[in-house]
This record gives sequence, C-alpha cells and structure tokens, in this order.
Amino acid sequence: MALADKDRIFTNLYGYQPWNLAAAQARGDWDNTKDLIARGRDAIIQEMKDSGLRGRGGAGFPTGMKWSFMPKESKDGRPSFLVINADESEPGSCKDREIIRHDPHKLIEGALVAGFAMGARAAYIYIRGEYIREAETLFAAVAEAYDAGLLGKNAAGSGYDFDVFVHRGAGAYICGEETAMIESLEGKKGQPRLKPPFPAGAGLYGCPTTVNNVESIAVAPTILRRGAAWFSSFGRENNKGTKLFQISGHVDKPCVVEEEMSIPFRELIEKHCGGIRGGWDNLLAVIPGGSSVPLVPAAEIMDAPMDFDGLRALGSGLGTAAIIVMDKSTDIVRAISRLSYFYKHESCGQCTPCREGTGWMWRVMERLRTGDADVEEIDMLFNVTKQVEGHTICALGDAAAWPIQGLIRHFRPEIERRIAARADVREAAE
Amino acid sequence: MADRHPEPDSPALRARWGSFAWTPENATKAKEIIARYPAGRQRSAVMPLLDLAQRQVGAEENTQGWLPLPVMEYVAAQLDMPIIRVLEVATFYTMYNIAPIGRFHVQVCGTTPCMLRGSDDILASCKAKGMKKGHTTADGLFTLTEVECMGNCSSAPMVQINDDNYEDLTAERIEHILDELAAGRQPKTGTQEPGRHTVEPVGGPTSLTAMVSENHDYRGEW
Amino acid sequence: MPKVKVDGVELEVPAGATVLQACELAGKEIPRFCYHERLSIAGNCRMCLVEVKPGPPKPQASCALPASEGQEIRTDSEMVKKAREGVMEFLLINHPLDCPICDQGGECDLQDQSVAYGRGGSRYHEHKRAVTEKYMGPLIKTTMTRCIHCTRCVRFSEEIAGVDEIGALYRGETMQISTYLEKAAKHELSANVIDLCPVGALTSKPYAFEARPWELKKTLSIDVSDAIGANIRLDSRGREVLRILPRVNDDVNEEWLADRGRFMVDGLTRRRLDRPWLRRDGKLVAATWAEAFAAVASINPGPSVAVVAGDLVDCETMFAAKSLASALGSSLLEGRQTGMAYTTSSLAAVAFNSTLAGIEDADAILIVGSQVRNEAPLLNPRLRKAVKRGAKVFVIGPVWDTTFPATFLGDDAVTLANLPAEVADAFGAANKPAIIIGGAGLAKGALEAGLGFAARFNLVRDGWNGFNVLHMAAARMGGLMLGYAQPGGLADLVAAKPKMVISLGADEVDWTKFADSMIVHIGHHGDKAAHAADVILPAAAFSEKDGTYVNTEGRVQFAERAVFAPGEAREDWTIMRALADAFGVNVGFDSFEQLRAAMIAAVPALGVEGLADYGALPTAPASADCTGTIAYPIADPYLTNAIGRASPTLQRCSSELLHGELQAEAAE
Repeated sequence: MALADKDRIFTNLYGYQPWNLAAAQARGDWDNTKDLIARGRDAIIQEMKDSGLRGRGGAGFPTGMKWSFMPKESKDGRPSFLVINADESEPGSCKDREIIRHDPHKLIEGALVAGFAMGARAAYIYIRGEYIREAETLFAAVAEAYDAGLLGKNAAGSGYDFDVFVHRGAGAYICGEETAMIESLEGKKGQPRLKPPFPAGAGLYGCPTTVNNVESIAVAPTILRRGAAWFSSFGRENNKGTKLFQISGHVDKPCVVEEEMSIPFRELIEKHCGGIRGGWDNLLAVIPGGSSVPLVPAAEIMDAPMDFDGLRALGSGLGTAAIIVMDKSTDIVRAISRLSYFYKHESCGQCTPCREGTGWMWRVMERLRTGDADVEEIDMLFNVTKQVEGHTICALGDAAAWPIQGLIRHFRPEIERRIAARADVREAAE
Repeated sequence: MADRHPEPDSPALRARWGSFAWTPENATKAKEIIARYPAGRQRSAVMPLLDLAQRQVGAEENTQGWLPLPVMEYVAAQLDMPIIRVLEVATFYTMYNIAPIGRFHVQVCGTTPCMLRGSDDILASCKAKGMKKGHTTADGLFTLTEVECMGNCSSAPMVQINDDNYEDLTAERIEHILDELAAGRQPKTGTQEPGRHTVEPVGGPTSLTAMVSENHDYRGEW
Repeated sequence: MPKVKVDGVELEVPAGATVLQACELAGKEIPRFCYHERLSIAGNCRMCLVEVKPGPPKPQASCALPASEGQEIRTDSEMVKKAREGVMEFLLINHPLDCPICDQGGECDLQDQSVAYGRGGSRYHEHKRAVTEKYMGPLIKTTMTRCIHCTRCVRFSEEIAGVDEIGALYRGETMQISTYLEKAAKHELSANVIDLCPVGALTSKPYAFEARPWELKKTLSIDVSDAIGANIRLDSRGREVLRILPRVNDDVNEEWLADRGRFMVDGLTRRRLDRPWLRRDGKLVAATWAEAFAAVASINPGPSVAVVAGDLVDCETMFAAKSLASALGSSLLEGRQTGMAYTTSSLAAVAFNSTLAGIEDADAILIVGSQVRNEAPLLNPRLRKAVKRGAKVFVIGPVWDTTFPATFLGDDAVTLANLPAEVADAFGAANKPAIIIGGAGLAKGALEAGLGFAARFNLVRDGWNGFNVLHMAAARMGGLMLGYAQPGGLADLVAAKPKMVISLGADEVDWTKFADSMIVHIGHHGDKAAHAADVILPAAAFSEKDGTYVNTEGRVQFAERAVFAPGEAREDWTIMRALADAFGVNVGFDSFEQLRAAMIAAVPALGVEGLADYGALPTAPASADCTGTIAYPIADPYLTNAIGRASPTLQRCSSELLHGELQAEAAE
C-alpha cells in the first residue's frame, strides 16, 4: 500500500513550482469553489464528517463535528469567526510551514469553504512570528485572492461575503493553544482561558469561534472535490485520510512527506528517509508526534502503524505526526531534558503547577542528565510530573510532563546508571 | 528569558526616542493593520504595530531593531491602550527585543530536533566567532540567542538571522554565512545542502517527482 | 436551581453558582488564593481543585466551573487531597521561608493553607527564585520574591479601581508583578491590594514591622474621612491605633477603603491637643482644666452662644453641644463650615436616596459639581459598575479623570437648567435615571434646580429614587438631623455676633469672621481652629469614643472606642457636661447612656442602625437660581481633615503623588 502521487493533496509540497494563484489554479485549486459552496453548509459539514478527517493540530478531534458546534445563525447579532492555527511551534513540527510557503491557496480556499460551512464572517490566520518569509507569502497570496475576487464581497462568486486576515504572532509556543491564540489575537498576552465557555460559544471578541489547524483547513477543498469516500479510503478505521509526516533527527534523509495514515513506521522511514542512520539496529527511540508525546523505544515503534490509535496503544500519540528519530548515539536524557527546558521557556506563567513545575522538572532533569542526583529523585520527578499533569488550565502542563514520564518509563536503567557513575566519581574524589 | 529587561528609562533614552513617530510609509501600514480588526478592537493590532515599530527602529539605527520604552508608549497611545498592557505584551513575546540589539540577530535553534542534528556545533561556531549568548559583539554586528524550535526540523540544524532562515547547517556552512554577512554580502538563504531544494529527502523527492520539472496537474489521473 | 451532591450530601444551589460556591453552601471549606468574590475569576492558582462527575478524570478548578444539575462533587477524596498538596508544594518551592520577618505572618493565606493542606515537608532542592522588589509608592511595600502570581492586584486595579496600573510582566517562572516603570500606584484605592494580596508580597509600608496580628485589639468603627461611612476595623495595641482596615459591608464600602481613610491612622498620634490651652496676651499657653473652665465661665455668654460642628464629629457630641446651647437659650447651630446655605427643610432632598449600592443599577447618571474620586472615593467603583452595565454618565463641572466613559458638559452650573438634547434624550429614555449633586453643585444652587430635574425626568418612580446629594463630611447628615443648619448658613452665626462660639473640631471655618467672639475649641488636633481659639479644650478623636455617624445616604452607623484619648484630653460629651456646670445650666444627662437616650428621644432615627427614613422628595420650587462656575472644593485629597493633615504618611502621599516630590527612602 503506497500512496500514489495523484492522491496526494499537497502537490507542491516541496515548492518546485510557484505558489502563486495562477500556478495553484493550474494545479486545481480554486476550481469552481462557487459550486462547493453551493452545496450548502449542512452538506459540506456532513461530507467532512463522512471523510473521517480528524484535526491535524495534534488533538485529533473530528473536524466536521467541530464545525457543527458553531451556531447555525446568530441570535444576538454576534458574528462568528474562524481562526486558523498556523502557530506551528511544537518541536518536530514543520508541515504548516510547507503548506503556507508552497501551497498557500489551498489554505485560503479552505478558509473560505470552512468559514462558509460554519457561518463565519471572517477568518484570522494566526501565523507564528518566526515564519517571517512564510507570512510574506501568505499576505501576498491573500492579496492575490482578493484581487481575483475570491475573497471579500461575494467571495469566488458564491454570494457569500468572507474576509481572510493574517495575524502574525511574536514568539510564544503557548499561542498554539486555541484560547491563548484568541487572547493573543485580541492583543493580550497569550494566556489560555478557562473553559467553559468554549470558543464555539464565546471565543474571539466574545463571538462564536472555531480554531482549526492549517492542515485540517487546507485539505478540506480537496476532500469536498474528491469526496469523503476517497479520503476515507486511506488509513485504518477511525484514522482516515492522508497526512503530512515530518521526519527529523537520526534518519539518513529527514523530510516532510504526505503519506497515507496508518503507514507502518518502518515503511515510512525506508521509503522516504533512506532508513535509520546506521541501520535499524542503531535505532534507540522515537518521539512520534512532536515533543509533547512520550517517546517510544525502538522495538515497539518499528512496525507500529503511524496513526492516532496505533500510537496511543504504545502509550504515545500521533500528535502532529512530527517524528523525531533518535539513534543510539543520542544522549537520551539530554534530549528529553532539552524538551523540559523548552516547556519551561514556553510556560505562560499563568497557573501554578505549570509555572513552578516546568522549572522544577527541568532542573531535576539536568541533574539526572549528569547523574548528580539520588536514585529516589527519579521517583520524585515522576511524582512531580503527575502533580503537574491534569492540574493545569491548558494542556501545556501535560505536554511538559509526558516526555519525562516516557523517559522514566523506558530508560530508567540509563538514568540510574548515570547516578551510579557519578556517585563513583564522587566517592573516588573523597 | 531571565535576562530580559527593558532598556531602563533615562533622559538619554527619552532624548533619542521621545519624539518617535511613524515614517509616512509606516503610518499607512499602521492604518492598514488596524483596519484588519473590527472597529473598537484596535488593541488586536498591538502585536503587528510593535513589530512595525521595532522594524522602524531597526531601519533607523541599522540593527535588527528593538523597542525603546517611548516607542512602546507611542504604540500604546495610538491604540488607546494602557501602557502597562503594552509592556506586558512586549515582555511576554520573545520576538520583541526590549533592549538594544546588533545588526544581525543570530538565533540558533537549540531544541531537540536541531540538537540531534548538531546544533551544538553551530553554537560552538558562533562562539568561536566571538559571540556570546545574550550579548552583542563589540563591533555591534552580531547578537547571539539560543532560541526554541523554529519549525525547520526536517532541515535541521538551522539558524534564523533577522528575517531569513539558514538550514541544513554544519560548522563550516554557518561560518561561511557569518563571514558573508560580516562582509556585507547576502548569502543564500534556506537549505545549505547542495542539491536540496527545500524539505524533500536529500538526493531528490521520493514522491511527486513529476512536480520537479513542471507544474503538474494530477486531476487527470483522479 | 440545580441540585448537586457535595461529598454525598445533596443540596440545591442558586442558578449561576459555581462549584466552589456550591461547596461553600454545603459547608465545605475550599482553599483558594486567586479567587476573590469581587474580582473576575482567574482560575490560575489551582488551589480550589475538586473532583467533579461527570467530567474528565482529573480535578477541576471549582472557582471557574458552573454548578450544574446532577453533579457529584467531592472535596474529600484522595484525588483532591493530592491535588491540594501538589499545588501547595508548587506554590512553596519558590516562596521564601521568611515568615519570621514577613508582615503577613499570622494573617497569611499561604501560611494558613500550607498548614491545613500542605504536605509538611519539601522535596525541592534546587535554587529558589529571587525577584527584585518593585517600587509601588509610599503606601505599598513590596517583597516580590513572595509573590505567588495570583493576579488579584492586577485584577483589582483594572476592574475595581479602573486604572491599569499594575501588570504581570514576562512569562513562565519569570513572570513579575509590577507597575509601569515602577511608578507609584496613584489611585485613591490603591492600598486595597494590600488586603487582597494573599501573601506578604504587598504589605503596608507605613505599618511595616509595627505589630503582629495576634497582638492587636480589634474594634469596629466607621471611617470619618468622607461621608460614605466606610465600615472599618481599628487595630490597636495599648493606647495606639496601629492600623485601619476595611470591614465588609456590601451596602456601603463592599470591602474596600480609600487610602486616605486607611492611612490617616498615624495622624491620630501626632499634633494632638492633649491638654487645655488658653490665649493670654494673644498667645496660647498651657493651662489646667480648672483654669480653662474658669476662663469660659468668666464670659458666661447666656443665649449669645453659637456652635459650629466640624466634619469629623459624631452625633452624640453634636447633640451634647446642642443641649448645652439650648440650656443657654441659643439654637445657633451650624455644621456647614464653609458657608453653604442650601435649604435643609427636607432631609430627603439632601440625601443620597438611590443608596450607594443602588446607584449601580442606574442607567443614566448626571453628576453636578462633584469630583467623586476626591470627595467619595468609594462611590467611584459603584459608578464604574453602573457604566459597565450600560449606564451613561454626564458631568457638569471641570473635567476630572473618571475611570469610566463620561461626557463632560462644561463647568457652568446653568447647564443643569439648559440641558443639551443628548442629555435630555438619555434621561428621557432611562429606566433608572439618577442625579448626583456634589458640594460644588450645592454651592451654586443646584439643589433646587436638581429637584426640577428630578421632576422633569421623573427620578422618583416605582422602587427607585434617583435623587442624590453627595456630601463630603462624615458629620454632615447627622448634623442636619440634629438641626445644625441655619437658613443663611454660617453667615447667620456671624451676623448674630455671639459672645462665644463653640467649635466642635471645626477646622475648616474662616475664624477671622468671629474676631469679636470668644472661640472655645473642643477638638483633638492642633489644626486651623486651634490657632484661632481663645480656649482649647482637648477632646477625643473618632477612635477614642463611642459615637453615631450618619452617612450621605442617611445610614445610621455606630463606631466604638478603640483606645483612650491621649494626655488630659477627654471624650467630648464629658466636656460639654462640665461646661454646663461651669455655666450653671442643666443639659439633662450625666452619663453617655443618658445622653444617648436623650438624643434618641429627640431624633429616634439615630437609635436605629440602617437607613433613616427622610420621607418623600419635596416638590421642586417654581424657580431655581442655578448658575456660576463650578469649582471643586478639595485641592488635596490626602489632606482633607485635621487627622489627615497630621499624618506623615498622607503628607508624603500629598507631596509625592500629587506634587511629584520624590522622597528618599530613609536608610533603605
């Protein structure tokens, strides 16, 4: 089972061809969008539900269902908004960047279709601040779409008025959390809101809002054109469709590639990445879904299907399908400790367990890295991660806890070895 | 982070930046930016306006740009926003430089995916060039920062220098880039791997090969 | 009315209640730091976590979760215990162990809750965070290393005070609370953040290292720094009141107190009149009580006596003085020291009828001649709340910085009679229209015109009376109830050329007008009246006597004595009683209880705590002469009375916050 090029959605993924409107249209984007919209809101949402598309931002919530939560019509005059999450900041993730810089019109057309389906008056695309050139492309592509009558009044001749605005972030991972993103869009610090109320009830400017990942939105027009049956013909049950995988770390040829969901790890790596650096025997562990998910040891991941359920069964997750591969040369404790530093750096500081816990966890991790610790502190650290996990306002606390839990679960002997080695050195010195 | 502090308020700072105002071009841009948000929601424009202001400061003093307090106050006034809320934003988001900065802001990604691909070497090269994290070189040319994941993981390791990314780095490649910049030349941006286009596997794509040479339309094959 | 189960006990909770409130209704204590009834819900401390079914299998922040039908809430489960221990531990890892030198000690939420819910030991072996202190002005002392980032202070300044003065800068573990550029917090309610701060990060600077809470005697009292009558608590040790804190009274001050009322405490021990003084050859010389009474008796004015009541006196003092004057045959009583002479025939026409809490419901408000933030700081948050609910506010008078959107209509009082169409439209359409007439308005005849306004816009309607006068003196309404008002105001007293004028702490009077009278000053501070006096009889400040006060609403409230007056000073009523003997007349009371009984017999409303009934609003006079440029009377909101003027803290506020003179931090 191999995904054929004709079934790939992001055909200009590598940017060999221009991103501009003319080229995108030649590839099939903006092809009679009016007809897609003419199907009506309910039909579009049903098609999306039928396609089995699950959100591509990490949590995997069914996209069609999310859209259906939006009010059918405004009862109090409040408009609805679509917010597109292009704040791609999860370590390992680098797919939305490729969509935006090489295939921006897929995203913009998707914004119109999705916005129409949920009755939104406008979409704000929140792109991370560090994607500077990518944002330039996106601004230009949006301008092209306006100039061609594809956005604005009577967008694409559909009779629907719809605006798309680009909003740049300025360096804060937490803004990828949907309510933090809304706060940030409102000109505040990106600190997640308490839920309820959920954004679909009161989001941006207090109006009904849906926040979707770039990839979820960008695949929507193709799904509508080719049909739910086509999309759901890929992948296992409950894990349908095609997916952009991003492979980094110790493979011969790191890359971003669109593949069928549920593709076995080994096949993915062999086919597109030239194998593991130093061969399969040299594989140590894999973080299969971006930094927030626990690592999986080599033996368990090798033949695992790369999808939501397959990785959950391994105690990890698909996340954004950002696959960080680590071979046996890796200082695994340092690799995870560096992630702990990341979460400490990115904690917004709002709630206690995350603000205080991320720093504590990182500091202990650094001592475990060098072995400057007591064996009991491994359990203490594990306990601290449990004290953070599930106690915070948003999921950043969980994300900070899980990598450490994964490390302790699978590499405890290595940590103990370091502590023992360090103790020997200390004793010798005394 | 812990070292971030706004450049202290002083008569000299007020004298230099107290009369900050948009250039005519940026005044137009600022208006466009504010118009992206619904009426009465102009506070939403604080982030893009701070960015614009930082760039204008940068253009004036030929650096990456930073945000002197009087400039933040100018933005606050334009948006009718309490200055403390603007300062909250400027200190929360890491891309706002709240203290003076060099000509080139060398931001080395040090997060795990880059670390696995050798970001230690990149940092070492920068240090060998006389840079120190959180500091600007004496000639005002380079400011070094270790940053968190920049989303270039499949072409790691990488640095972002001002507005451009340099990917697939090695020690020699970053040294070359820094030398070029110091010499006033613009090195090639993006991947530094010879023959690599963007994020396809090195040596050529394993999918979508038809796209390499032509803007292929796959619809005929559906 | 959803039904929920808390720890197995089913109960019904009001619609809209949170899980936290449901737990409290069930009698369960829910620990919290960030949650505060009067502030928006932040949900950031995570201390109030409880277990809730149905819901995700993790503890929920009860402060932010709406209670809903059928919920099963547990506050006693292992999950909850662990969650609290965890949060406690996180809060403490970077909190200094400096309780012995922390002023919050003994009344610290963190201390109390760590004892109740913490684990009792630390597993944290890394370096603790240290945060530099932030300058916040002369009132708030900061020790930011102790901050637990609950953001109560940030939310107070933004939501209640209405000035975005305080913010949380940076992020993550480096987040820091600060004002912009560490400028002093200048808002007139700024020190309430001291009470709100659950730890010792923000403490009272003047009170630093003065006392421990368990050493203090707590006395219930009433703030006399304005006519709001904020409910306060006097904390005293020995003969000294060491601090003033607000008490909760939702009808009056909620739980706030103006900085002026809080920090005038150190004025209570300074510039005190602690012995009698007599003027001899133009100079005041110390005297004995016997000499003082002899001097007073030597005049024996008979009916040619007048009494002027100051702004801070209690009703008992005024009634005792009235009884004395009456016994001598005089009814020349006046309390409006600056000469105002508005009609007082109806007390309903000079009261704040919509009530302080009620004004929050108004949907159109016209303020005539009041700089509310200076004259009644605690009214301003109420006005903000009204505006948040949609009220339109218009102001006749010079522009001041309201903390809410308001339209200024110029400073000519005549505008009240010639309203712009915009204002007339707003009031015509309003359901609960209100007018607030301040002292500066009263001085320009706004009372009669205001009654006309009330008639025109039907300010009195079913369940609503929107006619309000906002006084500035704590003694004012009580004085008016006791007859301290002449038709022509103070001018009537001047015109009567009395042989003797008795000043009851009347420090705002232009005493040169009584140059030919013997001025007998019964007061507690060596302030303006003392300089003009011929005889000074040292009396008690509000903290040194029991007394009744009536606020601008007509709310009768009792204050209790916290400490004894200093030196030879005596409670005011005893002085009046002794003067009666000196004059050889009978005032009809020999004890405070008798005095009080007589006062209540004369004015029954003064015997009942709560709002006095002043009857219906009178009809508007046919014509009203309302004109002239409005000028607010308070130039320095920190130094409005004799106690405040004697307070080093308020003097410092005045010089630093109003006049921008930075004072060096002594030996810091």
